[in-house]
Amino acid sequence: MKARAALQKVLRQNEFYILLVIILLAIVIQARSGLFFSLDNIVALAGAMVVPGIFAVGTYMVLVSGGIDVSFPALASLAVYATTRMLVDWGWEGGLWLPLVLVIGISAVLGAFNGAFTATIAVPVLIITLGTSNVFSGFMQGALSSVQIPSIPPAMAEFGRASLLVTENPRTGHLSSLPLSFLVLVVIVAAAFVVMKYTTFGRSIYAIGGDESSAARAGVNVKRTKFALYIIAGVLAGIAGLVRTSMMGQMHPTNLLGMELMVIAAVVLGGTAITGGRGTLTGAMLGTLLIVIVQNSMILVGVPTIWQRVALGVLIIAGTAVSAVQMTRARKRQGAIV
Amino acid sequence: MTTTMTPTTRMPRGLRTMFRDAHVTRLAVVLVALLAFFAIVKWPNFSSVATWQSMAMQFPEFGLLALGVMLTMVLGGIDLSVVGTANMTAIATAMLMLKIAPEGSASSTGYLALGAGVAFSLVVGAVAGAINGFLVAKVKIPAILVTLGTFELYTGIALVISGGKPISGMPPEYAYVMGSRIASYIPMVLIIFVIGAFIVWYLMNRTAFGTKLYMLGSNETAANFTGLKTTSLIVRTYTISGIFAASAGLVMLANYNSAKADYGSTYTLLAILIVVLGGINPNGGTGRLAGVVLAVIVLQVLSSLLNTFPRVSNFYRPLIWGGVLLLVIIINQWDKRGNLTRMLRWKGTRT
Amino acid sequence: MEHIISLRGISKSFAGVQALDNVTLEIAPGEVHCLAGENGSGKSTLIKVLSGVHAPDGGEIILGGESHRALTPKQAIAHGIQVIYQDFSVFPNLTVLENLAFTSEISDKRPFVSWRRMRRTAETALEKIGVSIDLDARVDSLPVAQKQLIAIARALMNDARLLVLDEPTTALTNREVARLFSVIADLTAEGVAIIFVSHKLEEVFEISQRFTIIRNGRHVITCLPEELDRASFSFYMTGREFDDERFTGGDIAADPILELDGLSVSGAFEDVSLALRPGEILGVTGLLGSGRTELALAMFGLMPHDSGRIIVDGKEAKLRGIRDAIDLGMAYVPEDRLTEGLALERSIGKNITISVIDKFVSRLGTLRESQLNAEAQRWVDRLKIATPTPANAASTLSGGNQQRVVIGKWLATGPRVLVLNGPTVGVDIGSKHDIHRVLRELAADGLAVIIISDDIPEILENCNRVLVMRDGRIVHEVDSVDTTEERLSDLMSKDVAEGGKR
Repeated sequence: MKARAALQKVLRQNEFYILLVIILLAIVIQARSGLFFSLDNIVALAGAMVVPGIFAVGTYMVLVSGGIDVSFPALASLAVYATTRMLVDWGWEGGLWLPLVLVIGISAVLGAFNGAFTATIAVPVLIITLGTSNVFSGFMQGALSSVQIPSIPPAMAEFGRASLLVTENPRTGHLSSLPLSFLVLVVIVAAAFVVMKYTTFGRSIYAIGGDESSAARAGVNVKRTKFALYIIAGVLAGIAGLVRTSMMGQMHPTNLLGMELMVIAAVVLGGTAITGGRGTLTGAMLGTLLIVIVQNSMILVGVPTIWQRVALGVLIIAGTAVSAVQMTRARKRQGAIV
Repeated sequence: MTTTMTPTTRMPRGLRTMFRDAHVTRLAVVLVALLAFFAIVKWPNFSSVATWQSMAMQFPEFGLLALGVMLTMVLGGIDLSVVGTANMTAIATAMLMLKIAPEGSASSTGYLALGAGVAFSLVVGAVAGAINGFLVAKVKIPAILVTLGTFELYTGIALVISGGKPISGMPPEYAYVMGSRIASYIPMVLIIFVIGAFIVWYLMNRTAFGTKLYMLGSNETAANFTGLKTTSLIVRTYTISGIFAASAGLVMLANYNSAKADYGSTYTLLAILIVVLGGINPNGGTGRLAGVVLAVIVLQVLSSLLNTFPRVSNFYRPLIWGGVLLLVIIINQWDKRGNLTRMLRWKGTRT
Repeated sequence: MEHIISLRGISKSFAGVQALDNVTLEIAPGEVHCLAGENGSGKSTLIKVLSGVHAPDGGEIILGGESHRALTPKQAIAHGIQVIYQDFSVFPNLTVLENLAFTSEISDKRPFVSWRRMRRTAETALEKIGVSIDLDARVDSLPVAQKQLIAIARALMNDARLLVLDEPTTALTNREVARLFSVIADLTAEGVAIIFVSHKLEEVFEISQRFTIIRNGRHVITCLPEELDRASFSFYMTGREFDDERFTGGDIAADPILELDGLSVSGAFEDVSLALRPGEILGVTGLLGSGRTELALAMFGLMPHDSGRIIVDGKEAKLRGIRDAIDLGMAYVPEDRLTEGLALERSIGKNITISVIDKFVSRLGTLRESQLNAEAQRWVDRLKIATPTPANAASTLSGGNQQRVVIGKWLATGPRVLVLNGPTVGVDIGSKHDIHRVLRELAADGLAVIIISDDIPEILENCNRVLVMRDGRIVHEVDSVDTTEERLSDLMSKDVAEGGKR
């Protein structure tokens, strides 16, 4: 009896359906190209997951708290650009620790900027981060007169090149390497999982997303929690940016800009409500995986990359439509007038 | 809208209603101060007609987008797909015009292409908007997610049909008309914006549609109980937004003499910024056109002012825009109007 | 006897309005004390003073043996005062377990939560009130009664000595009310005092040990239940003598304008038949859960019916949506004016004319502003809506005036049938009186009216006929003239299976 109830519970979760879609998609691609389940494709997907995955962790946390942050790519770009610029100008040849410290430091400050506004001003986070996003990218492109930095500090480049394992595709001879930074993603996801499920901070985020005034009445310091949350989200974004730049081997200032909507869509597809209070890390990662598959594996089925955005758009519409229809049906069952 | 300013009885009635909104008054003050600063610091630019002409040609691009977004926000929703629609329709229109009047065609064919192109663009824009409206009203997906999806979809379509390359070489008749200047001073695209603004004003203030829109945006449940045809209202609103987006695409086509899938990439967030700056509450139900128009002009003047300082990089523009938005938000918070408590509850899920 | 808390001579004013004037309230340990008053009487302000949310302008508070000028929320909680508001302060997105245990995890100030510890806390909390609810269920999927029990359980976790329940029975069925009362009985046996804020005499009568009645911010009386009967309760609450003038329906037409024939909505109500004639005011009453609201919604096409017919003017009506109902001349004033009736930011005038706005449009599609404004003004005058101009936002009005706006909106459509659901809930006495007067006038003019309400005096005074619903069926029909309030109350709640009359 308990097993049946547990099964019913699983079936009702959004995450289950995303997993289903992913498996289905994988099977279809495998059928059409025979290449999906090859080791090098899996490795390539894992590598492609790293940067959006780290972004998604931060986005998931912010969405659960009831906010929508669109500034994280700009934040990441600014933090990494400033760091890279400084280190290249100083001619830094030492270890990775300094770039890491700098990026984390700057992105923490920028995140605090977001957090201070959000905690004190009663305006939707979307609007606030719209403003800060423009400020960050404007600062980077204007004050720092951003140009592409073709060579980055050796420590970063090394890190970007380092790989966990390299595989070769038997048919095409194509080499795929699982970047070392994948470990970074794993560590971050594990840490986020622990924080959101087992710490008062994490549960407070869910509480705030559920009903902010009730959370305040329950004794949560809403301002402080939000402030800390946005610092964390900023740091995560900075780390993602650092990984990206390291892997690319050069710093392109505007490369990340525009990713925000895609990441938000990924997290929402994975079951996190745009209204806040609901969502799991598993779902966020699955949603990101789904989008990464669509973006990277379309070519395996012979669909040219130029169709990617169309596919992404259709995916978002279809995914959110299914979820909306489900909610409408649930509300009808409860007797509400739709 | 709550009365926030004691009107002077000497002001004509129209102006008086406009200034009843605190946002409008504040923006007007900001604009006047900005213009004064401009005039004092950069008189040669200020007094040159070319400066104003170039301004008048630029802001209709994002101004028209902002008008469309404004309607959806009054409804309590949002339209993030406007730039995608604009590019998609611009590319499709350009290709159509090229088909009708290829290089070296007669002038009359060129004008035929122009007419067909404009009509085609608006129709496609309307369809794109209607799809948004349908998904929001019937399928009941939160507007922010629908328009996110259609933004990707329409941009994707634009990419596919253009092959990622800019489309140019359109019939010169297009530029003759759309890029022209009335009485050799006023750019055609400005006229288009003025017409657009007038249409919005008329809709919002002089038709039942506008009243119903405000009602629906203010309280959807009550609107349902009152028997308002909410689905039709929502679809119509997003359709209009699509039409405005298409017209913005036509303006960009005129300004750049080409169409590309990634033009105006900063305009999405800019449009929202303008609308919020203009005093539209994202929760729906309030806000005046005057505020949005003033916000458009303020941002354009700021932008052009920036251009007159050649040592200051153009890239500062987003910094200043973002800074202005944050500044206005802070000032509003100090001012503590009733609107703010409603804004706090907005989560982008209303229609 | 040492009181848990004593509020003596409390006065409080807001922006020139005297909310409380020299009010005294004293609560003994383990007593159930009913604080009664109409809306606007000052009872919510008094509760906020008691819980430390407001600081009084004058008077003293004696708590824990010490005298205070004012309390802070922390002090109140530290002394075991817990208020459960009507929204219960729950987290709808979290499980029952988390809702119960979250506050204590926060106050423990530990960085990590232990799910095992939380489960134990939650189980203990529920045991305290002797209720079992699935700990892993998400709270927003639970019925209101269970949310309330969770709120109570949570409040008790902090060694509550005084529990304030604000209008706790508004959303409960009579079975749930019974369970709530038994929980309360257990609590008082353990020495916990309860303040029941309410205006419904029947429900609190059996459980309260003392009553305090407040009117217009002033203390009227504190007495024992034996000293109260319905007439004196009503007198103390409203300051008016019980009005014997009941509506008897002057000219009632012969042919019904609206008939329901065996109407059923599965899960809500079953086999409901009635006939409504122009000139009469029909009352439909029953406790919550009896199906009365669903009946109203079904009558308007807002809820599709599974069987039966709706007949308007002798012809069967197919109502696919509220628009169809409006076109047939039906109007429905919904229960909750704030969420269902008004667009608060919009002007009063627009709120009134929105239903008929399409009639004021010229051939070009332009609004005829001056005519629209005149129409709005007409209703403002007719319904005596207290506003300097209809251009003001609806949010500037008091509850009673807001309700008049909603009624005005529907009257503007020129209906032939007007159904009102809880027309005077949360409305001050003056407005209540005026609304009832208007309804009687309209009925005399030939309108057919249905009032759905659980306010027994309202039903008996204003309806010539009353239908009693219970568990989804019409179980009685009474003539208001011959019925007393006790009788009607009995009919609503007694579990006696009597045959239904037509």
